Amino acid sequence: MFLINCPYCGERDQQEFKAGGEAHIERPKQPTELSDDEWAEYLFMRKNIKGVQFERWNHAHGCRKWFNMVRDTSNDEIKAIYKMGEKPPAQ
Amino acid sequence: MRNKYSVFSLIKNALSYHENWQRAWRDPAPKKEYDAVIVGGGGHGLATAYYLAKKHNMNNIAVVEKGWIGGGNTGRNTTIIRSNYLWDASAGLYDHALKIWEGLSQELNYNVMFSQRGVMNLAHNLQDVRDLKRRTHANRLNGIDAVYLSTEEVKKFCPIINTSPDIRYPVLGGTLQRRAGTARHDAVAWGYARGADAMGVDIIQNCEVKGIKRNGDSVEGIETTKGFIKTKKVGVVAAGHSSVIANMAGLRLPLESKPLQALVSEPVKPIIDTVVMSNAVHAYVSQSDKGELVIGAGTDDYVSYTQKGSHQIVEGTLNAILELYPIFSRMRMLRQWGGIVDICPDASPILSKTSIKGLYFNCGWGTGGFKATPGSGDLFAHTIANDEPHKLNAAFNLNRFVSGDLVDEHGAAAVAH
Repeated sequence: MFLINCPYCGERDQQEFKAGGEAHIERPKQPTELSDDEWAEYLFMRKNIKGVQFERWNHAHGCRKWFNMVRDTSNDEIKAIYKMGEKPPAQ
Repeated sequence: MRNKYSVFSLIKNALSYHENWQRAWRDPAPKKEYDAVIVGGGGHGLATAYYLAKKHNMNNIAVVEKGWIGGGNTGRNTTIIRSNYLWDASAGLYDHALKIWEGLSQELNYNVMFSQRGVMNLAHNLQDVRDLKRRTHANRLNGIDAVYLSTEEVKKFCPIINTSPDIRYPVLGGTLQRRAGTARHDAVAWGYARGADAMGVDIIQNCEVKGIKRNGDSVEGIETTKGFIKTKKVGVVAAGHSSVIANMAGLRLPLESKPLQALVSEPVKPIIDTVVMSNAVHAYVSQSDKGELVIGAGTDDYVSYTQKGSHQIVEGTLNAILELYPIFSRMRMLRQWGGIVDICPDASPILSKTSIKGLYFNCGWGTGGFKATPGSGDLFAHTIANDEPHKLNAAFNLNRFVSGDLVDEHGAAAVAH
């Protein structure tokens, strides 16, 4: 349990948010040409990093907007928060 | 040679004030090379080593554990054992385990306190009723004992449940698997460790894996905090840390690791003599032999390796418990903890070879792996020894995420993920 600084609403309890999983997984540009292996990679395989991970969050019980977060999954420390479409900070 | 535990050994050791019991397993330094190394000294890993030695005559093997054996999820779960899963593949896997549980204490000469007190699953809405009836039929077709209970029968089986029709989520019925129950989780790890050690397996604690050495597409050994260990076969049974080990070998797994919480109350006299699970309101409870209520909460929705969880998860579970069991309203909770569970997209485990020769993964058990410990160990040992899966775990291969042949047990298994 931690506090999250929503880029639209400010600091709120994590309870208000919904985790949306790994960020920056690019949707295939030409889905019809994807092999089964590439589909599996896109749909199911995850980095699941112990350490600094880039992920998506949604302020589900607030402004309902999506944004990105850089978080250390080994201690739940939030390193950075940035809006959708913005460039991820260098790590 | 291990001395046998019996009433006579108990009397004999009582005479010397229990100060001369034989050590249950050795504490060896790692050898330079093994025929196989199991990464992870939890119940599943130790069971794998035990069956490798016992059924496949692989005695020159080791289990490496970064902490102490049974200190991870084996010692953190709520000890529920059942096999009433919906799909044929799952039914085969979990009932294989349940059959081994039924004779495990005798086999290991170690009391794992397996108690077939029954597991009851509750239905709270019409869809639950339909799902549970369907699952009861599916179970019986697979030879697994299951009965559907009316609200009155639920009340009769467990009188402290509030079956009043005016609660927020009334009890509309339930299912019962009488062969299901609980076991003492620590004893399972210790019993398998003692059994494996007696057959020559080296159990190496405080030994963390730091890297996996590959030669092209095959495994050559592992780097650990106690040095390099050469081996051609590595079986990874690392639960929440499976992805961390996979990353060392350059593999990706379809897993997300999340905190799952549980809690126990202060001990009280016997009040609930079965296990009751409710998927819809997320409350499950049993009572340990010490008298504590053992309560399982849910997972958080974000990836975390912290072995903590959010407070509102516990709060939600206790709300549901209080509505179903008003008698518990003055119970005080004694301890709360979290474990990191590795969840697959289809909520079914992976017991599989990988694209790297000699590297095997047993993971993805998510929130419900304890019940499968003996079966998982047996089948994973078979997979490692023969370099081919057993027919009971063939469906649980890693390739199912490519072929699309998933074993979708989300919700269908009456488990809450």
